[in-house]
Amino acid sequence: MFAASADPAALAATTENSRKKRDRDDNSIVGSDFEPWASKRGEILARYTTTEKLSINLFMGSEKGKAGTAISAMSEKVRTRLEELDDFEEGSQKELLNLTQQDYVNRIEELNQSLKDAWASDQKVKALKIVIQCSKLLSDTSVIQFYPSKFVLITDILDTFGKLVYERIFSMCVDNHSILPVPSAAERKRAYLYKLEQAHSTFIPPPSASSSGTSLEDEEMAYHFSPENVNDTAKETCLNWFFKIASIRELIPRFYVEASILKCNKFLSKTGISECLPRLTCMVRGIGDPLVSVYARAYLCRVGMEVAPHLKESLDKNFFDFLLTFKQIHGDTVQNQLVLQGVELPSYLPLYSPAMDWIFQCISYHAPEALLTEMMERCKKLANNALLLNSVMSAFRAEFIATRSMDFIGMIKECDESGFPKHLLFRSLGLNLALANPPESDRLQILNEAWKVITKLKNPQDYINCAEVWVEYTCKHFTKREVNTVLADVIKHMTPDRAFEDSYPQLQSIIKKVIAHFHDFSVLFSVEKFLPFLDMFQKESVRVEVCKCIMEVFIKHQQEPTKDPVILNALLHICKTMHDSVNALTLEDEKRMLAYLINGFIKMVSFGRDFEQQLSFYVEARSMFCNLEPVLVQLIHSVNRLAMETRKVMKGNHSRKTAAFVRACVAYCFITIPSLVGIFTRLNLYLHSGQVALANQCLSQADAFFKAAISLVPEVPKMINIDGKMRPSESFLLEFLCNFFSTLLIVPDHPEHGVLFLVRELLNVIQDYTWEDNSDEKIRIYTCVLHLLSAMSQETYLYHVDKVDSNDSLYGGDSKFLAENNKLCETVMAQILEHLKTLAKDEALKRQSSLGLSFFNSILAHGDLRSNRLNQLSVNLWHLAQRHGCADTRTMVKTLEYIKKRSKHPDMGHLTELALRLPLQTRT
Amino acid sequence: MLSGVVVVSGKDSVQHQGVSLTVEGTVNLQLSAKSVGVFEAFYNSVKPIQIINSTIEMVKPGKFPSGRTEIPFEFPLHVKGNRVLYETYHGVFVNIQYTLRCDMRRSLLAKDLTKTCEFIVHSAPQKRKLTPSPVAFTVTPETLQNVKERALLPKFLIRGHLNSTNCVITQPLTGELVVESSEAAIKSIELQLVRVETCGCAEGYARDATEIQNIQIADGDVCRGLSVPIYMVFPRLFTCPTLETTNFKVEFEVNIVVLLHPEHLITENFPLKLCRV
Repeated sequence: MFAASADPAALAATTENSRKKRDRDDNSIVGSDFEPWASKRGEILARYTTTEKLSINLFMGSEKGKAGTAISAMSEKVRTRLEELDDFEEGSQKELLNLTQQDYVNRIEELNQSLKDAWASDQKVKALKIVIQCSKLLSDTSVIQFYPSKFVLITDILDTFGKLVYERIFSMCVDNHSILPVPSAAERKRAYLYKLEQAHSTFIPPPSASSSGTSLEDEEMAYHFSPENVNDTAKETCLNWFFKIASIRELIPRFYVEASILKCNKFLSKTGISECLPRLTCMVRGIGDPLVSVYARAYLCRVGMEVAPHLKESLDKNFFDFLLTFKQIHGDTVQNQLVLQGVELPSYLPLYSPAMDWIFQCISYHAPEALLTEMMERCKKLANNALLLNSVMSAFRAEFIATRSMDFIGMIKECDESGFPKHLLFRSLGLNLALANPPESDRLQILNEAWKVITKLKNPQDYINCAEVWVEYTCKHFTKREVNTVLADVIKHMTPDRAFEDSYPQLQSIIKKVIAHFHDFSVLFSVEKFLPFLDMFQKESVRVEVCKCIMEVFIKHQQEPTKDPVILNALLHICKTMHDSVNALTLEDEKRMLAYLINGFIKMVSFGRDFEQQLSFYVEARSMFCNLEPVLVQLIHSVNRLAMETRKVMKGNHSRKTAAFVRACVAYCFITIPSLVGIFTRLNLYLHSGQVALANQCLSQADAFFKAAISLVPEVPKMINIDGKMRPSESFLLEFLCNFFSTLLIVPDHPEHGVLFLVRELLNVIQDYTWEDNSDEKIRIYTCVLHLLSAMSQETYLYHVDKVDSNDSLYGGDSKFLAENNKLCETVMAQILEHLKTLAKDEALKRQSSLGLSFFNSILAHGDLRSNRLNQLSVNLWHLAQRHGCADTRTMVKTLEYIKKRSKHPDMGHLTELALRLPLQTRT
Repeated sequence: MLSGVVVVSGKDSVQHQGVSLTVEGTVNLQLSAKSVGVFEAFYNSVKPIQIINSTIEMVKPGKFPSGRTEIPFEFPLHVKGNRVLYETYHGVFVNIQYTLRCDMRRSLLAKDLTKTCEFIVHSAPQKRKLTPSPVAFTVTPETLQNVKERALLPKFLIRGHLNSTNCVITQPLTGELVVESSEAAIKSIELQLVRVETCGCAEGYARDATEIQNIQIADGDVCRGLSVPIYMVFPRLFTCPTLETTNFKVEFEVNIVVLLHPEHLITENFPLKLCRV
């Protein structure tokens, strides 16, 4: 099955068969389960870097010198032809020395761009030259550590080129196919002659059939078209490319460029690709340097997978050819080169990994178990096969590896110490075990065997890279005991010389893995070494990150409130760490996030019926988290809730003890609120806490809250910051005050202060507050005050607080109280009328009208219209609203209708009379 | 048979004295300066040999209407005497070229119009089946000629074979090569395609070899004992079937060139016979 088939006919026959087969089951396109090259790219670029200086040598013209010595008498024509191929700027030779890695990357990117430009401006020859020059760079193995990255960069260019050529020829097929009829024999002959003539002068691909840019999204069509209906022009162009490439002198550029346009074989014949792949595979044998050769194979596999994934034979052949040349790695040529560059074998061998991983991955994709087993066997037979082993583990299916874990451990142990680093091998194995489960019976032994080796690693970096991977396996299959051991071992390795400082990402990842598997925090924190492990995060930013992760998991997975002291202690510690990271420079978002996490924790703490314990927890929390306002707000709410819970438990009848406790809660709130910054937060919390105090019969405390709120009102600034924007605060103030008024209704007067003490106080504050010019908010508030006063003058109030006597029962409709009340009303109304007068100016007429109407409505709803004065006032207001034609007629009509309807009710007869006195203004 | 169309286009109608087509085919031979000396090369270029020269009248004198006129034609290619219609070939010392010329004669006042274009002649494929002639080779220090101090040479053993030295011009040259052993590191292995042109006449003949193409098949110190493929596509315009006539010859050879570290060059030569099937 794996022997190279020397007979092309036989090969063609087999591929023909496989082709038919594939047409049936259509597995010719690689599925999404195949990890694409694009995802490997970045990783390779990031991993294989260098600080050494690089050089790009675009060998132009140096070819001439070489050719001159070897050739006896070269014809002028041949010479110019060669020169044209080798130079892409006439006679230029660019050698860029001393490039840093970044410069190098930039240069290559520039070349990629100039390739596209050349192509776009129809300089196909120049494009080809660029590609040839670039692929030549791949034969240069100086600064060998960078070679994998160089490969990535340059094959990007090759991919671009391959795509351009394919698309162009494809567009020629599509265009001519749909537009032109089949050309006559004569026409075809002429086209051919033209082409030959062209070719005589130099290599010029025929004029483009379209200026490119034909949409080639139609891959489906590209796939189904057969070489028979490709027109001659397209075929000829395609052949021309292949002839051109076949004449490239050097092996490596010839190989790469031909591989890059492998797909174009489709235009020539059905079996083109299946004949070409094995030939290219053989061609790689001519590449002497094993590293260069393995990357060439990787490229071939990559192109092969893309174009013809069903041609598995070539993939396999690449692999077995590679095994044959494996011994070269330890040959003199390579060793001499390493000595020259000062590179050690353990850092040289991993350079092979990306290419080998890729080849192995291509082969193992959807491969039968038997093939994988055979490949493994072949690898085993070779001496010093750690490199192969590693690639087998990285590329094969995780399940395959996992079931053979013990075998692999055995093989890893047998590997030579001096070659491929063992920690990488264990890391690869660990990665597999994180994905797939080994047999139940082997699990503990695997861990023991692996950890035995890992713990012996001396270099902390090697150690942690390995340990990080294995933690996942440990967490997945074992209990906290094993995890604890592992964590302890990590601590032991990472503490000396503060090695942890260089490995925060890995340590962080270990924590993440552990918390991902231990959702039960009581178990997690009973892992003894967990907290000591956290202590290794000594850099604050990292530490806070880790804490955040833990808290996120806690909030996500903790279902039940907890009072477990272990959890509380640990989490308090963690939250404290997060809280203490807050400083003047912390961003708002960050603060919000931290507060959210801490609040999540606070909400999850419950001591059940032990309310005192709960309160003392809140006290402790307050002292710990005093810098995060949202946390304090949460604490106040929690304490208020606690007070209400107490009330609920006592069914409203506090004992002496609970009353004292509730007062303690109230006191907590009272002293916490002033430390907040947000003015409306404070106002609302005062109101809220006052309501709670009232509900718990703490009358004087409630008074204190309300007084505090009232005295805070003058401090409300005109503009407040909401989500980073400055907004006027008046609407918020109005909202708050309305809310406040509704509470004031039921607050009983203090025996030592006068009647309606709080209301008067508040009115004074409102009076003195500097309102916005041109604003009617003050009047709106006064209107609300009127509502309040009207509600207060009723015999029985609309609502009460259980077990609290409001003013209705205190005064029992006392006439003195009512008189006070009336006096207040008059004062307020006077204020309102005063304001209405000031609105008599032109620009304010509209406001006057609407305010007047709203005042009218208030009187209608709350006033006693049997009173003549009030009756007259309302009539006046009605007129005022209509006076300047600013009123909305429909509203007026509706209002009038409403009055008439109300007048039908018993006791409302006086409204009939009123309605008669309210004329509707007709439109003029 | 040569076929096609002549296109006449003009803004106004065109008056003419007749349109004719001429086919011409010649072999041009030149002696290289290297083999006969500069002056002789300059003076003594061998007389061109005419293979074909015939003219046909396409259109009688008259007038073409304005716009585009297409006149289709078919031209039989009859060679002169007993000469052979060789394939088109452009070499250094031998050139075989065919041209088609279209002349429009016009009245005295206007210039005659002429348009020339080259056309390519490929000989009809030979009927006979090509018999493959494989060649195996072994190269060691002992098999080499032209060596000054054989003792200084590093030891090596290179084996291989060409699948056939009788090649179809449209098919690649194939074979295999194995470096069984070599003390010195290998720098490169290349295939050099060489063309040998021989111009001969009564006074003697001149023979010149020119490289057409050089293809690297191995780069660097290749793995020992692993066969490296020999594969070379014949460049379309610089090769033609091997040609042997009384006056001139065009032949091809391939050299397998092995470069060893440091500065050893080993060449193995194989004459080829190219044909079109």
